Amino acid sequence: MMRKRFPLLKGFVFYLAILLLALITMLPFLWMLSSSFKSAETIRTIPLRWIPEHPSLDGYIRVFNLQGFSFARASFNSLFLAVMSTFVQVMSACMAAFVFTKLPFKGSGKVFGLYIATMMIPGTVTMVPNYVILRVLGLLNTYTGVILPYFANAFGVFLMRQSMLTLNDSYLESAMLDGASLFRVFFKIVLPMVAPTLSTMVLLAFMGSWNSYLWPLIVLTSTDMQTLQVILANMNGMYKSNEHVIMAGAVLTILPILLVYVLSQNRVDSGIALGGLK
Amino acid sequence: MYVPKTIGRRVTTAVFLAPSLLGMVVFCLIPIVSTLVFSLLDYDLLAGTASFVGLDNFVRILTGREFPAVVTHTLTYLGLYLPLIMIMSLGQGLLLNHPFPGRQVFRAIFYLPVITSWVAAAVVWQWVLSGKYGLLNQMLQSIGIQGPGWLSNKDWAMPGVVLAAIWKDTGYYALMILAALKSIDPTYYEAASIDGAGPLRRFFGITLPLISPTLFLLVVINVIYGLQVFESVLIMTNGGPGDATTVFLERIFKYAFRQYKMGVASAYSWILFVFILLFTLVQFRLQKKWVNYDA
Repeated sequence: MMRKRFPLLKGFVFYLAILLLALITMLPFLWMLSSSFKSAETIRTIPLRWIPEHPSLDGYIRVFNLQGFSFARASFNSLFLAVMSTFVQVMSACMAAFVFTKLPFKGSGKVFGLYIATMMIPGTVTMVPNYVILRVLGLLNTYTGVILPYFANAFGVFLMRQSMLTLNDSYLESAMLDGASLFRVFFKIVLPMVAPTLSTMVLLAFMGSWNSYLWPLIVLTSTDMQTLQVILANMNGMYKSNEHVIMAGAVLTILPILLVYVLSQNRVDSGIALGGLK
Repeated sequence: MYVPKTIGRRVTTAVFLAPSLLGMVVFCLIPIVSTLVFSLLDYDLLAGTASFVGLDNFVRILTGREFPAVVTHTLTYLGLYLPLIMIMSLGQGLLLNHPFPGRQVFRAIFYLPVITSWVAAAVVWQWVLSGKYGLLNQMLQSIGIQGPGWLSNKDWAMPGVVLAAIWKDTGYYALMILAALKSIDPTYYEAASIDGAGPLRRFFGITLPLISPTLFLLVVINVIYGLQVFESVLIMTNGGPGDATTVFLERIFKYAFRQYKMGVASAYSWILFVFILLFTLVQFRLQKKWVNYDA
């Protein structure tokens, strides 16, 4: 291995560049945090103040006492939908990947090819008819309606298939010789063996669902069912000159996903290596 | 894996495949076929009426006054976004490739905007870009520059959206570039150093060619996603001011879910799909000129 020499000047320029970049990345977050602790009187000042002179919880108090909709309720909705859609995505993808890798049938290769082909069609093309289908099924404005399309998850199947291809068949076969059923092999042997990819996919699915906006916005119309992202976007139109309320809402929306990220950074990073999270 | 072809195997196969396959058929394959059908209909979802109009939807969109503006705005976004995101993520990837203490912390910081939802990012950036009291203009003011009204200004609204998008996406693509940089065999650099190649020479002679497949992938992905720019626009400008930031998806969304004209919306999404396809095909044609697959 070649160690790069790191002369003093080069090191200085390097640290200057990376610190500057980190600062630019953090500024909007810091601005959000700082603004969220201001009040209607202090939110608009020239020159700007990073540390509010009179820190105020007004923004946070008003977020939890919104007119017409409940932020707490929306948090629950978001959490519930994220957990459910994650479960649906991961389970259906793992089960299908198990069939494609370990239980091939006549034509299964073609079916998988079809899965891959659908990945090239942008989600926008299917958005309009999916809405019509939900309407036909009478599932508009239901949680089920938001969750169901997550069963169609070609990328997840692809990801899990890649991981299951590496499993050693003889290990699974010997378990079956010992009398284990296919269900048992799947749940007790296969899933634990692909745990790294599985946990990465759980994370990606959870973040994707928690952060999703468009689909819940379209499907859910009653205010008590809406998700955090939808509520936050709605607040944006209603509190035009009370930015501290919106910023408090933004802080509370980001916080849970930030916690998840901090607790699992390695898994998220390996998810990017797998080409996920988008 | 050898599993005897028993009834049990068939049942298991069916049970395991059914959720995913049914989902794919109902929410992916049927929709793809039905948008094709919808695009030939004058389909009003609210009134519940649908009548066959042939290619009318396409003709009306393509010859309408709105379409050139939508194409221009979408391409303006792409034209600003693509070079910036490539330069920024390449720069960030190169910085992160240096071994230095605290690298994990910087990686985490750069990744924060990526895990932030677009709604949160958009409302924060709206406030950052706010004309008089916004962070950016106040910072510009302090160095003597009078910033524009950004999102409320016809000419600066789209650049404002692009700024937010660059901030949000750089960390993601930088990690992909970092992965490519890490896979370069260090002996290349050793050999080049021995031959007396300077840092610039090494960058253009070794680094860039060797990560060009990844760069190509990023350009392709970014064009595909860039043509589908949406949530940022919807929340930050809602297509305005006036019609200054109308883009493909914003139009599709408004036709489908504000006016319930499913036929027009479907036709629009197929036009977008053809656009994406053309752009992608052209890039695959052009890649021979700059992408290096030899290493």
